[in-house]
Amino acid sequence: MSSHRISRSVSERVLNFTFDGRRYVGREGDTIASALLANGVRVMGRSFKYHRPRGPWGAWVDDPNAVMSVRLGTVELPNCPATTTYLEEGMVARSVNAWPSAQFDIKAGLDVFHRWLSAGFYYKTFMWPDWHLFEPMIRRMAGLGAVSDDVLENYVSEQTHDRCAVLVIGAGPAGLVAARKAAEAGEDVALVDDHRLLGGGVYQQKTLEGKTPDVWVAEQTAAITAAGGRILTATTAFGIFDHQLVGLVQQGAFGTAPKLIRMRAGRVVMATGALDRPITFANNDRPGIFSVDAAAEYLARYDVLLGRRIALVSNNTLADGTEARLTTAGATVIRIDPTTGALKARGSKRLKGIWQDDRLHSADTILASGGMTPTVHLWRHAGGKLDWCDNRQVFVPGKGPDFLTAVGAANGEFDIDAAIAKVREPETAIKTSYHMTPLWPQPGSKGRQWIDFQHDVTLKDVELAARENYVSVEHLKRYTTLGMAHDQGKTSNMAGLAAMAAIQDRPIPEIGTTTFRPPFVPVPIETYHGHHRGQNLHPVKRLRLENAHRAAGAALCEYGGWLRPGWYGAGEAKDRIRAEVLQARKAAGIFDGSPLGKIEVMGPDAEDFVNFVYYNTIATMKPGQIRYGFMLTEGGVVYDDGVIARLGPNRFVISCSSSHVDGVRNHLETWRQDGNDPDRIYVQDTTAHWATVTVTGPKARDIVAALLPNEDVSAKAFQHMTFIETEWQGTPIRVARVSFTGDSSFELSLRQSKAEDLWGAVKSLAEPMGAGLMGLEAMLILRAEKGFIVVGKDTDGETMPHDLGFGVPRSKKKAAFLGDRSLHTEKANTKVRNQLVGLQVEDDSGPLPTGAHLTNGDTRPKSQGYVTSSYLSPTLDQPIALAMVQNGAARMGETVTVWHLGETRNATICSPCFFDTDGDRLNA
Amino acid sequence: MQIFTCPSCGARDEREFHFSGELGKVRPNTTGEVNEEEWATYLHTQGNELGAVREVWMHMTCAELFVMERDSVTMEVLSTTPLRKDVS
Repeated sequence: MSSHRISRSVSERVLNFTFDGRRYVGREGDTIASALLANGVRVMGRSFKYHRPRGPWGAWVDDPNAVMSVRLGTVELPNCPATTTYLEEGMVARSVNAWPSAQFDIKAGLDVFHRWLSAGFYYKTFMWPDWHLFEPMIRRMAGLGAVSDDVLENYVSEQTHDRCAVLVIGAGPAGLVAARKAAEAGEDVALVDDHRLLGGGVYQQKTLEGKTPDVWVAEQTAAITAAGGRILTATTAFGIFDHQLVGLVQQGAFGTAPKLIRMRAGRVVMATGALDRPITFANNDRPGIFSVDAAAEYLARYDVLLGRRIALVSNNTLADGTEARLTTAGATVIRIDPTTGALKARGSKRLKGIWQDDRLHSADTILASGGMTPTVHLWRHAGGKLDWCDNRQVFVPGKGPDFLTAVGAANGEFDIDAAIAKVREPETAIKTSYHMTPLWPQPGSKGRQWIDFQHDVTLKDVELAARENYVSVEHLKRYTTLGMAHDQGKTSNMAGLAAMAAIQDRPIPEIGTTTFRPPFVPVPIETYHGHHRGQNLHPVKRLRLENAHRAAGAALCEYGGWLRPGWYGAGEAKDRIRAEVLQARKAAGIFDGSPLGKIEVMGPDAEDFVNFVYYNTIATMKPGQIRYGFMLTEGGVVYDDGVIARLGPNRFVISCSSSHVDGVRNHLETWRQDGNDPDRIYVQDTTAHWATVTVTGPKARDIVAALLPNEDVSAKAFQHMTFIETEWQGTPIRVARVSFTGDSSFELSLRQSKAEDLWGAVKSLAEPMGAGLMGLEAMLILRAEKGFIVVGKDTDGETMPHDLGFGVPRSKKKAAFLGDRSLHTEKANTKVRNQLVGLQVEDDSGPLPTGAHLTNGDTRPKSQGYVTSSYLSPTLDQPIALAMVQNGAARMGETVTVWHLGETRNATICSPCFFDTDGDRLNA
Repeated sequence: MQIFTCPSCGARDEREFHFSGELGKVRPNTTGEVNEEEWATYLHTQGNELGAVREVWMHMTCAELFVMERDSVTMEVLSTTPLRKDVS
């Protein structure tokens, strides 16, 4: 391979790397693309659909072609743009979507079939003949590169929050001058640029204000820093979000996760520059065709001269300077005016020249420019409008939010001197040197002319989409996948919408642009979540007794946000759970019920308030009593169930579901403050202050009696659904008789700091009686045996209290309560509501699958409800299930078909209560 | 990410807040007759206006409800005031 590097006297560090198995040498500061181009390598990838050979078009973020999979040491990352990935020693780069290499790709034959892979290919195969014929093949072929199964350890993004008075985005000439001006005016300035080397396009200039570009840039940065400004290199502003939040992503060494900076700026100066746009001509996708701007950048930043005989095709004045610099560097440049005749590239993997009409210009390289396009992505993210400028044929920032201004090329000023002058003196009128001749795709012209390089969308595809009436740019984009590649249409969108405008014979601004959405460049998902994943995303709530549970061999699992014992001891989980259930039914189970809600409601209006938020009548309760009840939404749907205890005339404790405490507290606070006098009601969530040890089973009373020898806990003195407040070892303790198992139960609650003492005491009293510890899984079975529901599991978003057999307050309660009116609508009274039932199975195939549908057994079955809870009951030694079934209460004894994944079984509808139906054990 | 100003706690991240409803919804007196339309309007009809809106929000970390006036198009917060009438 011939060298395309223009030698410099400065000696720079040499870097060794490979591409598709071959060794190459680059130098410090190179991107993979610039290093390969220096080695004469142009074919760097294959296009997505047709597997056409492709080389880079751009020199930075606008390149749609050269995507690689890159390995360095043990780290391999797919989707690395070769034009923005800085070269490091020992990199192993591979082309994607090509095998065995980009140069020789077996699937290149696909290009012959382009006729059948036209626009809307997916849409059409979805409709006819059958998507499933194509699906396996398409899925195999889709995608660029493969994701490694290896998890990258330590690939975790650091995230920081930051603020500044002025954020300048882009350190080209305009950005540098703007940042310096603000910093020297005493403002707190942050300047960011996505390159490691600041300066933007300045290196394409011979001199600027009489200085060489590096001297000029060094002067600006020194002045900014001296005035207290901060400069962040290799940092991309990828989006502007609500309330002036700018997302910055800072690249580090290869293989390390980029850093996310959430920057809050007082004002933002957008100096994001402009992108060169392609010219749409036949075979304009060939390797060796670059943008004029890219050629200038490769020469200026990397000393790479792309070709020796260069056809320079441009409609604008910026090409003049580039032509001069290429000539100085030793190339022969042939200028071609693209507006004077139809163009066609000659050559395939190796470019031979360019035809204009019948005249062939031989060339090894083609540089094309259809004019500059301001980079206005951030402007649109922030909600700014775009204006059409007819002279320059561009969308420029129009009316925008007050905090945002655009300067330089981003504002449509492509003449560097004029751009700088305008930043310094915004009011003075400066004449620009930039001129261009309008040049857009010509519908109906010959040959395959590429609009979107990566996704293989040609001018003919756009014409086809228009014929099939996908004329809106948003529809065009989705129908053809135009602009949906990793570059998100940086090169293709303008050509695509201009083609659509020409086809419809409408002006470009009438067609409009597609929506600009963040991120501006691809950002790894890891950057957004940073450390916020797994346990850090949703930290579990921990029990005070966790260590005691661990010591007892608990299997700790997450239940409703709490880390709780599922069961205790080694061995098969189902055997342990079964043993715990049987022990609880035979003697007693000891259960950590600390997460149970304990929300206190106090104050002179507390009684009216709880009476309002509860479905059930609470006002008639006497101090010392406990009542089971529902809280409903205003829609009448059961929101939470639980018990409420009345501590005194003006004081209640709401014991809501463990997983629901935060929600219930917000619910209560909302109604307390909005609609009531908040000075007469007080709501306090005290859940975290209390530990609760539940003792349930036939021996529960004996255990509690032994624990509290001074209290009369006999069935007569201490009745079900009452509580007492006393002392245990000098600490206040609340003992409530509430049961979630169907057996006589005692909930012992006291301050958290005494939890271990109480747990130990109860355990040592219980064990000699044949009782023992019990986890949440056993509790869930015990309650299902009794037909007790778990809201959200045995109910859904339509369940009203009368669907659960609690219909009395609906017809009898006089006072207003939440959701009351909704219980009397037509929907609430319909006969086909799902109602809670039990299911019995007669076969010996074990428990029914939870979630299985209940049907009428027809050949085309219709769902009439579903199984909500299903267990093998250890107590009854038979499968039991709870279900929500249409009109279930009136269908006792009926046989229904249970359908699950194509399999059917029979079940009989029964009462949801399977155990101790008379309630003898509850009151024992 | 938006920044809201709780009247009690000051400027905080949007994740600490919970939307409670549009301001000015009055619950019909359900001890009397409430026709279906009136109830359905109360339950489901939202103004959902473009531009300046007045809403009730909760700052979940202090549990205080307050009135937030904001622009539903630009997301700009125009004002935040306590819901309680006796506090200004």
